[in-house]
Amino acid sequence: MDEKIRRRERLDRGIKVRTEGIYAISSWRGIAYTSLPTVAFVLGLLIIPLAVTSMAWQKIIIIACVFAFLALSFDFLAHFVGIVCLGGAFFTGVGGYISGLLNSAFGLPLVITIPIATIGGAVICTLFLLPCLPMRGIYFAIVSLMYPLLFARVIQALDIFGGTDGLPGLATFPNTWVELYLILPMILILTFGLRRLVNEDFGIVLRAIKDNDQAVRASNINITWYKMKAVFLGSAIGCFAGAYLTHLYGWVGLSLFALDFSIFPIAATVVGGVGTLVGPVIGALILTMFSEMLREFGPLRVVFYSLILAGLVILNTGGLVPYLQRKYHQFEHWIEI
Amino acid sequence: MNIFIFGLVNSVILALMASGFALVYGVSRLANFAHGALYILTGFSTWLFLNRLGINYIGSIFLSIIIVSIIGGAIYRFLLIRVKGMPASEIIASLAIGIAIMEIFRWRGFISEAYMLPPFVAGSVNIAGVVIDWQRLIIIVIGLAMMLSLWLFTHYTKVGLSLRAIAQDKHASMMSGIEPDRTAVIALAMGSALAGIAAVVILPLGNITVETGYMVLIDAIAVCIIGGLGSWAGVLAGAFLLGFSRILTAAFIGPHWQMVVVLLFIILTLILKPSGLLGRQKELEERV
Amino acid sequence: MNKDVILQVKGVSKSFGGVKAIHHVSFDLFKGEILGIIGPNGSGKTTLVNLITGFVKADSGLVFAEGKKLIGLPPYKIAGLGIVRTFQIPRPYHSLSIMKNLVVPLYSSRIMRTIGGKLGDRDTVALDILEEIGFERDAHVPYKHASTFPEGYLKRLELARCLALRPHVIIMDELFSGLSVSEITAIIPIVEKLQMNGMTIIMVEHRVRELFQIAHRVMVMNFGEKIAEDVPDAIIKSEIVKQAYLGVT
Repeated sequence: MDEKIRRRERLDRGIKVRTEGIYAISSWRGIAYTSLPTVAFVLGLLIIPLAVTSMAWQKIIIIACVFAFLALSFDFLAHFVGIVCLGGAFFTGVGGYISGLLNSAFGLPLVITIPIATIGGAVICTLFLLPCLPMRGIYFAIVSLMYPLLFARVIQALDIFGGTDGLPGLATFPNTWVELYLILPMILILTFGLRRLVNEDFGIVLRAIKDNDQAVRASNINITWYKMKAVFLGSAIGCFAGAYLTHLYGWVGLSLFALDFSIFPIAATVVGGVGTLVGPVIGALILTMFSEMLREFGPLRVVFYSLILAGLVILNTGGLVPYLQRKYHQFEHWIEI
Repeated sequence: MNIFIFGLVNSVILALMASGFALVYGVSRLANFAHGALYILTGFSTWLFLNRLGINYIGSIFLSIIIVSIIGGAIYRFLLIRVKGMPASEIIASLAIGIAIMEIFRWRGFISEAYMLPPFVAGSVNIAGVVIDWQRLIIIVIGLAMMLSLWLFTHYTKVGLSLRAIAQDKHASMMSGIEPDRTAVIALAMGSALAGIAAVVILPLGNITVETGYMVLIDAIAVCIIGGLGSWAGVLAGAFLLGFSRILTAAFIGPHWQMVVVLLFIILTLILKPSGLLGRQKELEERV
Repeated sequence: MNKDVILQVKGVSKSFGGVKAIHHVSFDLFKGEILGIIGPNGSGKTTLVNLITGFVKADSGLVFAEGKKLIGLPPYKIAGLGIVRTFQIPRPYHSLSIMKNLVVPLYSSRIMRTIGGKLGDRDTVALDILEEIGFERDAHVPYKHASTFPEGYLKRLELARCLALRPHVIIMDELFSGLSVSEITAIIPIVEKLQMNGMTIIMVEHRVRELFQIAHRVMVMNFGEKIAEDVPDAIIKSEIVKQAYLGVT
């Protein structure tokens, strides 16, 4: 055949191959190459608040971090355990209300209410989601989506916990620096912690459950128990985010159950890269910035996220972080065959 | 007697809302989270045709239902088809599309009380000592008629039978020459039409708001979970159980407790009989 | 060979809708033997395996293992009692390496109970099991992802998964299917070695010739019922079995 077909070929970069395994420390360049992404991520996150001067932008970063928590929770559950949780708002609502109520009814300070809300909220959320665990994934997705909507309406209808107006006047953080430097390191710890966890044996079992739960059952492991622990972890992360939000604004209300908290993390994960754990964090930052720039459009923002989410899911793109990883580690060129 | 009649109305309303969702899930295993959006889409488009374009009421209704079916089928054909088989992506994609549609309406300002559809027949009538408006009676009649026609359709027409075939065994039906994709498009179009019919019949009772869209989605899903995904009888059972419990709760405990009842029923169903009252889906993964 | 009964199946039945998949099947499994189960397609062999190991609920009947009732227990508990199974179509964990695939059963409560926390490095134990089952111990093979391996290796991985649980009884659901003759010849010694070390094995098979080389007794099923149970030589000559496989002569 005389026709030449051009095709793209991707090869690992030379420096990647040279720095495989222990050879990473064989040269300064090698060390820089392998550590750059991690260092950039860590330093970037920690330095951003210092680089940004206006109060408004600092608040935005904080909100982005809260969404990053939710996105981490979603990605962990969806990609490493196979549980698609459409109810991030359920976690934020429960966590937020517990911490708000403890503060308002008992006057407990936020250093106590936040941890209690995190653990207690996780217990409650796990209990409510427990009946769905032995069943097909779609039930979990549907029920987790419904819970925040239902709970919000119950609170509204019964006019309890502050009803439609919510509970104002709660304790807030001493100043913005505390707010920022409480949450940023936590995101880093959580991201790297989760990455560690999924490679530890507990995480291995969870990933096995996602791949092939029948085989795990046949290996004398109680799947429901492991899934429960995973959901506990995921909901604890979400409840922390909710409790944090409550004390950020000093107010808790029905908006903590808003669909926003369910959808945004999914969009952030899809944008950043499913399964990478770092991707959702970056995705959250990007989307929050985007949404700030679109602030004047009001409800149109939600339309944008939804359309972006729908588009990305339908086109099944990889996400930002995998794309960057490819560019960093590999190069492409055209070859003729 | 009051309770009986209004319970009946409520149940039929719920059954109408749920039937579209149940059809799509039963046939193509697709949980169509854009269901609520399609419901209010029909409502708003009818209103627009009626009030902005001056088309007569019946014409507006027909046009809207047709348009909504086309949109529903198109959503599958061009969008959801690309994620078929991946349940997580299907749910997320249809949810995102639904939210986009509903929030577009909110952005365009369709949130005030001014958006109402007139009832088919105004006024009310007295039946056995209960005063009930004609619209509600019409709902009962149309609702039951819809259920009956759906049953007849899926049991006696070629298209209907192919829908049932795919629902029961995808691969066997494919071997008989039934195309699952085409059937899914039809199912989604019909499901949207059902949502539309429910909308035009029920919305005259109140006003059209974006919130209604979310409520309809919740109600439809609740009925399907409680009654059982995958069977018509389940939809009816779930609708009647939920409808009557809500009326009874409103009458004897207090109208505010209705949502609590819904929540309780869902949880109870999941714990006691996860496949729903009359569901035929196996609740555990039986893939051995 | 011991004449102790290690597993008793009494009158189990299961219908799926109108189809009677299993109808009043009973048999005893003796300790240390290899029992073959054969039968034409659709005779209910895999359903029987699913019933015994808890993946499917029996409509009626009982299954006893060393006095304990198995009916009604969930699959993971039955595995915990030492009765494990392989799957007809191998079910590896695709996103994990072969070695990590084996770490999963090493986290079962059965292993935790019998060994306590002193299992040592689970990775090493996993590698040992892999070597026993015939994977090369060189640097790369156990670390490759399970999705990159061909069928023969995946079948062995299924066996390895069972062995990791230190079972008493292994039920092999069509171990030979999908393997070439040479692969079967390679895997038979592993099965024989297991039996000689005291394992009790049930082998559900289609490849009758190869099965008869190692089975001590064979049970034949047809249309959900047990139609014969005897030593291989007798089964070969049996008219009933011939009729079941070949139809009325």
